Amino acid sequence: MQTQILEGGFTDLPIDASHAFRAVMTAMARPGEIVSVTGAQPPLPLSAAAGVVILTLCDPETPIYLAPGHDTPQLRDWITFHTGAPFAQPQDAMFALGAWDDLPLADFSTGTAEYPDRSATLIVESLTLSNEGAALRGPGIKDRAALSLPETRAFQNNAALFPLGLDFIFTCADRLAALPRTTKVS
Amino acid sequence: MSDYNFAYLDEQTKRMIRRAILKGLAIPGYQVPFASREMPMPYGWGTGGVQVSAAVLTPDDTFKVIDQGADDTTNAVSIRRFFQKTAGVAVTEATSQASVIQTRHRIPEEELRADQILVYQVPIPEPLRFLEPSEVETRKMHALEEYGLMHVKLYEDISQHGDIATAYAYPVKVEGRYVMDPSPIPKFDNPKLEMAGIQLFGAGREQRIYAIPPYTQVVSLDFDDYPFQPTKADHACDLCGATDSYLDELIVDDAGGRMFMCSDTDYCTSRRKDGHVGAQGVPYKEDAA
Amino acid sequence: MYVAVKGGERAIDNAHAWLAEERRGDTDIPELSVAQIREQMSLAVNRVMAEGSLYDPHLAALAIKQARGDLIEAIFLIRAYRTTLPRFGGSNPIETQNMQCDRRVSATFKDAPGGQILGPTFDYTHRLLDFKLAADGEAADAPTAAPSQAPTPHIMSFLDREQLIQTEPTGEAVPDDLTRTPLELPASRALRLQSLTRGDEGFILGMAYSTQRGYARNHAFVAELRIGAVAVEMDIPELGFAIEIGEITVTECETVNQFQGSKTQPPQFTRGYGLVFGMTERKAISMALVDRALRWKELGEDNLGAPAQDEEFVLYHSDNIQATGFLEHIKLPHYVDFQSELELIRKLRREAQDNISREAAE
Repeated sequence: MQTQILEGGFTDLPIDASHAFRAVMTAMARPGEIVSVTGAQPPLPLSAAAGVVILTLCDPETPIYLAPGHDTPQLRDWITFHTGAPFAQPQDAMFALGAWDDLPLADFSTGTAEYPDRSATLIVESLTLSNEGAALRGPGIKDRAALSLPETRAFQNNAALFPLGLDFIFTCADRLAALPRTTKVS
Repeated sequence: MSDYNFAYLDEQTKRMIRRAILKGLAIPGYQVPFASREMPMPYGWGTGGVQVSAAVLTPDDTFKVIDQGADDTTNAVSIRRFFQKTAGVAVTEATSQASVIQTRHRIPEEELRADQILVYQVPIPEPLRFLEPSEVETRKMHALEEYGLMHVKLYEDISQHGDIATAYAYPVKVEGRYVMDPSPIPKFDNPKLEMAGIQLFGAGREQRIYAIPPYTQVVSLDFDDYPFQPTKADHACDLCGATDSYLDELIVDDAGGRMFMCSDTDYCTSRRKDGHVGAQGVPYKEDAA
Repeated sequence: MYVAVKGGERAIDNAHAWLAEERRGDTDIPELSVAQIREQMSLAVNRVMAEGSLYDPHLAALAIKQARGDLIEAIFLIRAYRTTLPRFGGSNPIETQNMQCDRRVSATFKDAPGGQILGPTFDYTHRLLDFKLAADGEAADAPTAAPSQAPTPHIMSFLDREQLIQTEPTGEAVPDDLTRTPLELPASRALRLQSLTRGDEGFILGMAYSTQRGYARNHAFVAELRIGAVAVEMDIPELGFAIEIGEITVTECETVNQFQGSKTQPPQFTRGYGLVFGMTERKAISMALVDRALRWKELGEDNLGAPAQDEEFVLYHSDNIQATGFLEHIKLPHYVDFQSELELIRKLRREAQDNISREAAE
């Protein structure tokens, strides 16, 4: 196995994961807030931030879908070695990873009426991430926030499904922001 | 305790809890099932809160634990010690200095900031449980947003007692969708559920986690002609003179004499440090009490 | 003047010290060793292993010593320890037909291949206190014989051959693990059995007894009760084959229960199943009866509203660690909630009193 696959994980797993989770939780609780994370050096094309999210949240219990642009043997090996997460089709995935245009949105689980939590979380690799663009309102946002989203319609449709729906984590280099299903985008 | 992992739980368990917390934040007020672990303290002693705290804490945190609003109640002491030992976190009794606060039955009087996290210990997370004992049925009711039973119960209270007869664990509706149990806080605390900090709720025995993100709408259930009223004892604190804090009532002599003092011990002490003195209090001295 | 009560930390330290002293008891009496508990309190050890869901007689004995003989407390210690153990994988299903039986009895056949083995049972002892034991606990050597090499097939398999008993589908899928996934209802039979085998012996016994007394009676015969050692094997991916990783003693009970049959199916017996760590036959028989009662839906029977038929009731209330924790937590401070109730009841009484006075005045 190539050394690159064995490397790039957390150096101090419990501590690195605790900081990373706090960052991800802050992002999910405060849609639009951009946080920085450290600790992962995954092989390309994965961003450091997406690597951190995967190391923090994925394990053998979480099927993961890789969009075509991210489905490389090297990345598969890296994820398998560091998390043990099985790879899955979109409909069975708890997590999905890829660029926005590369993710088959309609195919992911949005949960069920009795278990709306059984829905996919999408890790969206983004070229830019800034507090400019679409206006956000809803839980976690004091008045309004702004975030550079790839589009607005898809998120409006997703929010209309509430309490069902998908949740998104946008990653760019070592930064990330999140958009849960509750956020109203305009 | 050095044989155990940081914050006691193994990493796989923490990941499972962390995933549940994220879904909880994405669906405010909805109870996310999680595979609660057996903890080294009994169910009912705050195992849900402890598991949530274990999944949230970093070594940089300053941790505060209150039970009934007090930092020095035995179970609060025990949980604080547990995380001192297993996570090596700094601890404090000062609300303003804490980054993570675990609580049983109270929300601190001092308004929480955006950088603070409040973790609740929850005994029975299901607000409909005492109206419908079956989990299968209550899950259906939440799915269908069928909360008529709760309104009937509150209305029957009014017709029988002339008032809503729920004084604590008073049900709320979160963001206009899920009816939620705020844990057994007195209804005095309900208005504070809309806050800047993140609120996480852990029910260990019942295997549920739920959450309220900051600035989320939380409405106590009521009727137009019987609006919700947060109530407290109609007194001032006898130690610090506060008139805006929730009060404990103490029986102080054989004749049944009463006195009232803040349930939030840090709030009371801070006020006394600032020079406030209640009817039966004495000026604060560093070495006293 | 009032000085607030403090001292929670010191109170806890002192309570722990006192507890340790009480555990040891009179120091003029020799201390119990863990080995003594393991060897001479073996049925208590077995119960702690079964309900603690951890097969380790030495640790179970240690837990009993630490818990001053409180078995639920000992089970709790084992459970809390168990959660911290890393999980290396799952074993293959144990093959109980290959059990080296210490005890094997059938209530449905006078004899069967492999024979009936009474084993070390209390069954026919007269329950007279043996005062000799107070002075001298040594036992005379029991007669021995060469272990039987004859196979001991499951007695149920003979009914199987005649299709007199309902066949159970064999499942290849790995069932969910009750300790790793939150319980969801309706639960699969595998999950129900997991819950029953670690459930409180007293609770499961009471539930089973209630079925015998008519609350969803299911006419159970003990087709077979067997106790003995079985090998535990595990597939090792690196080796490509299974190896034996240890041996455990288990108690297995299979019951034959009546079944009405239907228009499309000729009458057939049905089964209840119990499997418990250690020599724990009261628990295994109870488990089989409750398992059978819980199967009413899949067997097309009526819901008689009996407690033992109510899956949610049984599964949510059988765990003594959950139950004892929640029950005992009501001794923790609740004065904040009580205060809110006090204020409410005073207000309601005031209003009621005002109404009465007003009506009297009118």
